Amino acid sequence: MTTPAPSDTHRSTAKSTSVEELKSIAGQVRRDIVRMVHGCQSGHPGGSLGCTDFLVALYFHVMRHDPENFSMDGIGEDLFFLSNGHISPVFYSVLARSGYFPLEELKTFRKIDSRLQGHPTTHEGLPGVRMASGSLGQGLSVGIGAALAKKLNGDPSLVFTLHGDGELQEGQIWEAALAGPGKKVDNLIATVDWNGRQIDGDVDDVMPLGDLNAKWKAFGWDVLEMKGNDMAAVLAGFEEAISRTGKGKPVMILMRTEMGAGVDFMMGTHEWHGIAPNDAQLADALKQLPETLGDY
Amino acid sequence: MTTYPVLDKKDTRSGFGEGLLEIGKTDDRVVALCADLTGSLKMGDFAKAFPDRFFQVGVAEANMMGMAAGLTIGGKIPYTGTFANFSTGRVYDQIRQSIAYSGKNVKICASHAGLTLGEDGATHQILEDIGLMKMLPGMTVIVPCDHNQTKQATIAIADHEGPVYLRFGRPKWPVFIASDTPFEIGKAQLLSEGTDVSIFACGHLVWKALQAMEELQKQGISAEVINIHTIKPLDEEAVLTSVRKTGCVVTCEEHQRHGGLGDSIAQLLARELPTPMEYVAVNDSFGESGTPEQLLAKYGLDTPDVVAATKRVLKRK
Repeated sequence: MTTPAPSDTHRSTAKSTSVEELKSIAGQVRRDIVRMVHGCQSGHPGGSLGCTDFLVALYFHVMRHDPENFSMDGIGEDLFFLSNGHISPVFYSVLARSGYFPLEELKTFRKIDSRLQGHPTTHEGLPGVRMASGSLGQGLSVGIGAALAKKLNGDPSLVFTLHGDGELQEGQIWEAALAGPGKKVDNLIATVDWNGRQIDGDVDDVMPLGDLNAKWKAFGWDVLEMKGNDMAAVLAGFEEAISRTGKGKPVMILMRTEMGAGVDFMMGTHEWHGIAPNDAQLADALKQLPETLGDY
Repeated sequence: MTTYPVLDKKDTRSGFGEGLLEIGKTDDRVVALCADLTGSLKMGDFAKAFPDRFFQVGVAEANMMGMAAGLTIGGKIPYTGTFANFSTGRVYDQIRQSIAYSGKNVKICASHAGLTLGEDGATHQILEDIGLMKMLPGMTVIVPCDHNQTKQATIAIADHEGPVYLRFGRPKWPVFIASDTPFEIGKAQLLSEGTDVSIFACGHLVWKALQAMEELQKQGISAEVINIHTIKPLDEEAVLTSVRKTGCVVTCEEHQRHGGLGDSIAQLLARELPTPMEYVAVNDSFGESGTPEQLLAKYGLDTPDVVAATKRVLKRK
C-alpha cells in the first residue's frame, strides 16, 4: 500500500480513491462509531461523526502509509497524530478499516483487557497509534517534534495532526503555535475541527476563540479553510494544503464541521459530545447510515 | 573506612554539558532541546558543535516536552534541558501522557535542583521532583553525586531505552569520584564499608554523608556510605545487604522527606526488613534565598545533621 514518497514536496495525494468510494467508507465508519459507543455505553460520538469525512479522506486517499507493517518510527511514511483523543471511535474505526488491526477488535472498545482504550494509547501496542492523547493540547507539539525528526532523517513525508476547537483553549497549543513557524516546520499540516461546540456548550460561550484565521496567520502559519463534511471539499482542501507544504511555514486547515454529522438528532447541539445512544436511538441512527462495507 | 580526597570543585551541570557533547559526538541520534537556559545548563558546546540537532524552544517547557516526545518517532534520542522545577512540576502532565505513558525515549535533564540553587529562592528550588518523577510508571530516576558522575550518567542514559529523569545542580561542589570509576544505571555504589549504620545518600548530599562518616569514625562509629545514584529502579539487594549487616539506616537527600530517596528505602525496608531509620531531608517546607551552604545548614541537610541523625538511629537499634 506504500507509495514511494517523491522528493518533490509538491506531490499529489497518495491514492486515487473516488469521492463516491470515500463517501461509502465514511457511511460505514459512522455506523461503526455509533455501534461502538452504544456497545460500551460511553465514549464520544459527536466529534467522531463530525471528523469522519476528514479521517476517511486522510487514511484512504491522502496519506502514504503502510498499515500491514506498522512501525513506531514510520520512516518514509506520512504520520498522523490525533490530539483530541476523545474522538477515538472514529480513529479506531478508520485504523481497523484501513488494515492496522482486525475489524473484530472494534467490539472491545472501552472494555476490560482491550487495546482500544477510551483514549488512544501506545501502551497496549495497538498498531496505528504513535502517541497517547486525551489530555488535551499536547499533539501539536508532538507533531512538530515528529516533523523535525523527518527533516533530520531526510524523510520527505508529511506529518498531520488533528485538534478540537475547544482544545485550542489549552496554553500548550499556543506554545506550539509559536514553535511551528519559529522552527520552519513546513512538513506539517495541522487541522482544527472547528465545530464550535465543546462539552459545556458553544465554544463562543465557554471561552471564545475570536478570529481563528487571523490568530493562526499572526503566529506565522499558512492558513486555509475547508468544509469538513463535504468529501469533495475535503479532498480539494487536502490537495491545496499539501501544495503549500515545503514553503517555510507549517500549514493550518481550519475545518468547519458539524458535531454529530450524519445522525440528525446528534446535530445542532453539544449534547452528544460525550454520551452514548440507547437502543432506540441506535436503531434510529443506523437507519440513517447505510451499511456499505459490512458491520464488524 | 575509605576516604575521598577532593579532586576538584566543579558544578554537576558542567558534567552534564560535557557528557552531552561527548555522547553527541559518538551517537548522531542524540538531539537536545533547551528552554532558554542554554548557558545555565551548559548546553552551549553541544549547540555549537551540532546546530542541526539542537532546538532552542524558548520559554515554553510544555511544548518542549511534546516536541521531545515527537522527535523520538523517527529514532532520535532527545535530551531536554531546563531547571528541575520547570522540568517536572511545570510539565507533569506533558511528561505523564506524551512521554511516560507513551513510552517515549526522552531524557529529561534537570539542573538547579534543590536548595543549593541558592539565591533565586523557593520559586526555583524544587524539592518535590524526585517524588513526582519516580511515581511515573517506567520512569528511571538518576541523581548523580558529583561532576564526574553526572558526566558519566549523561552518557550512559543514551543507551538506556526508555524515559529517564536526570537530576543535577548549580553550585560548584567537591569532585570525589574518579572519572574512570564505572557507572551503571540501577547499581548502587558502595563508597565506604562500615558496620554500625548504613547511610544511603544521593546527589550533593553524598559528599555530606562522606564528611559525616569521617566525623563519626572519630567518635568510634563505623558508618557504611552507599551512593544511591539511581533512585528508580532502586538497587534493593545492595540496600538489604548493607542493612542486614548494620541494622539501622540514615538517608540523605536534597529533597522533601515525603516522596524522595528516603521513602523509597523505607518502603523497601517496611516490606522486607523493618529497620530503625532516620531521614536527613527537608521536612515539609519550602526553601528561601541564601547561599547553598547557609541553606543546607538552616534546613538540616548539613554534615552535623547527618551525624546527629546517625546518633538518633543508633539509640533505636
